[in-house]
Amino acid sequence: MKKKILSLKELSERTYGLASGHRACAGCPFPSIVKMILGSSDYPVVVANATGCLEVVTTIFPYTAWPVPWIHSAFENVAATISGVETAFKALQNKGVMPADRKVNFVAFGGDGGTYDIGLQSLSGAMERRHNFLYVLYDNQAYMNTGIQRSSATPFGAHTTTSPAGKVIPGKVQHRKDITEIVAAHDIPYAAQASPSHWGDLIRKARRAFEIEGPKFIAVISPCVPGWGYDESESIELARLAVETCFWPLYEIDNGIYKLNYKPKNKLPVKVWLEKQARFKHLLDKPELIDEIQNKIDEKWKKLLWLDGKKVED
Amino acid sequence: MKTKAFIKHALTGNEAAAYAMKQINPDVVAAYPITPATEIVQIFSKYVSNGEVTTEFVPVESEHSAMSVCVGASASGARVMTATASQGLALMHEILYIAASLRLPIVMVVGNRALSGPINIHCDHSDAMGSRDSGWIQMFCENANEVYHTVIMAVKIAEKVNLPCMVGMDGFIITHGMEVIETIDDEEVKRFISKRTPLYSVLDIEKPITIGPLDLFDWYFEHKRSQLEGMLQAKKVIPEVVEEYNQRFGTNFPAFLETYRMDDAEFAIISMSSAAGTMKEAIDIKREEGLKVGLLRIKTTRPFPYEILREKTKGLKAIGIMDRAESWSTMGGPLSIEVKSALYPLDKRPFAIDFVFGLGGREFPIEDAFKIIDITRKLSEGEEFPEFVHIGLKE
Amino acid sequence: MKFKSWKDLPEGAIVRDVPTSPEFKTGDWKSRTPKYIPEKCTHDLLCWLYCPDSAIHVKDGKIEKFDLDYCKGCGICASICPQDAIEMVEEEV
Repeated sequence: MKKKILSLKELSERTYGLASGHRACAGCPFPSIVKMILGSSDYPVVVANATGCLEVVTTIFPYTAWPVPWIHSAFENVAATISGVETAFKALQNKGVMPADRKVNFVAFGGDGGTYDIGLQSLSGAMERRHNFLYVLYDNQAYMNTGIQRSSATPFGAHTTTSPAGKVIPGKVQHRKDITEIVAAHDIPYAAQASPSHWGDLIRKARRAFEIEGPKFIAVISPCVPGWGYDESESIELARLAVETCFWPLYEIDNGIYKLNYKPKNKLPVKVWLEKQARFKHLLDKPELIDEIQNKIDEKWKKLLWLDGKKVED
Repeated sequence: MKTKAFIKHALTGNEAAAYAMKQINPDVVAAYPITPATEIVQIFSKYVSNGEVTTEFVPVESEHSAMSVCVGASASGARVMTATASQGLALMHEILYIAASLRLPIVMVVGNRALSGPINIHCDHSDAMGSRDSGWIQMFCENANEVYHTVIMAVKIAEKVNLPCMVGMDGFIITHGMEVIETIDDEEVKRFISKRTPLYSVLDIEKPITIGPLDLFDWYFEHKRSQLEGMLQAKKVIPEVVEEYNQRFGTNFPAFLETYRMDDAEFAIISMSSAAGTMKEAIDIKREEGLKVGLLRIKTTRPFPYEILREKTKGLKAIGIMDRAESWSTMGGPLSIEVKSALYPLDKRPFAIDFVFGLGGREFPIEDAFKIIDITRKLSEGEEFPEFVHIGLKE
Repeated sequence: MKFKSWKDLPEGAIVRDVPTSPEFKTGDWKSRTPKYIPEKCTHDLLCWLYCPDSAIHVKDGKIEKFDLDYCKGCGICASICPQDAIEMVEEEV
């Protein structure tokens, strides 16, 4: 029986994650997310990466930080790219070119722009075709690589360079898409939300996903030092507060059954999370806008509490 | 002399392409329906469903994803094919460049069709001409029989030079035109194309590699120069493979350029694809009338056969170039621009004129071929004409 | 991996013998440096997990060293450590 979770000692014996020398901003948490995902696999991992921060900072030729086979093609097509890799693997196994007993876990990494927006069609297609891969979204809630432009993952009220907080318009005027629910609507065997702050939960989810044949999806919140505006030592704290305020609930939909994986004993008001970030500072004297964010969170949280333990079709 | 027995079939261009794909039995095919190339995918999926091939077929949600799946699969060491046309090729555009720069020998059949707008499903070359600088080898076939054999040769050419290859056929005219095709035996096809030896594979677990890194200004230029090496290599490999094929199967396909009645020609028509068939007929008739006209049919446009063109146009008084696409340069279509620049270094150049014809499936009757011959003849006699003229246009 | 000309480059712009990024030192990015206090350390490895730069080395489940050649000085290790076994010290200019 395989272990559902790993101790950090066990994880450290499996992987160091990305190699040193990559050019992610100081304090960027996505290398930790990569470490947890790669270390969770019991088999070799082959990675496809969408264009974005993670791809750019880890593979500036001739330097690459990836210790595993890795492919990048374009921004909007990571799910199609991994579909091709996974299909070739199957074809080559069937034709006897690749050993039939070889097991590989295929992982696609995409940011929110490459997932919620430009890559949504490709992701939807790959899930509908039931390719065997895990899609990991690192969600930093804007187009950070190009300099902090709003995406459909950007929360209501957030200041970005294309939703600037101005005299008339207070940052982004729309709420973000609920990507996990959109993906889950494809009726895939496993979809989840996780946070690097709750590492045991993230590793368990990755390991659960790797057990399942077919398309899997894990959305991981990935705070962004320059994009969100906070001290670089606080990335993990920002991720933790997103969970504690229920802005980013930790839950999973495993073969249609909803499970809330973490219920904060003391659900913090979202203001605690907002006030730590420069992108929301213009909201602090607009309580009605903070209320709007809070209401949206409460609504979803109520829905998740109700769904907890239920099957989608129940 | 034919060394191998052919099997005769009555097939359309699409059927011929699909049949070649069946014999090739690629590891992965990813495709999306689009007129007029849809049938290729339809027929091929039937082969898959009936177990006549062992290919993994990926019915994607767009052409962008079709080419992206092809890239992923080809970078995994698989032999990969697809088919598309027009808007589909345009949607793939971004990924075409990536396939070429990653040096992936994907073979794609293109049913050449006009690009929107206005939307039009019929033949012209605006689709393939739009991707002429993407780094793909590009070939254009005159008829369905040539499509069949070229698709097989393309696999070998692409895999030898590690570049993707597009095989074009005129939409509807060839894709849907029924012809007698002479096919070769399944085993012969297998033996000719043998197995793919990939440059690298993302599935190499023991020796992992990074594919598709970011280049800054320090190495992008060098990578592009390195990529050019593949195209230079293709200039040698294409004639070698075509020659090997012709030798082995007793066929007579051109590698870059077909010459027709050029021996004592005083002026020539330069053409591509199915229009060359009509033009040959017209030339036969005009030859009987005593006109010394010949035809140069360009089969391969990437790499561009500029040395051969210089050679073959030597001593000609005039050339008339036929373009089934616009370039919007206001100096004619893309083929004429390339032909003319190929001839630029010559001391004695023929007069040249471009004929833009057949856009959006406008028919190309033999009368129009006569018109082209006639204008080119007048040009050869010193009469003046504009840079390019439209043929078959309602003026 | 010293390429001099385009002729040295692997075809297809791939990178072999990965990972190669350790050839690129990022240690000079930092303005503060982690100071490790082994007496306080319980080796829970949280700093190892959250170090974005793989600059904290672990051997047999124990913190082995802080590799300042790559540490960008973000201070996540210090902020995450429940034992306060890491302190960030301002770099002297």
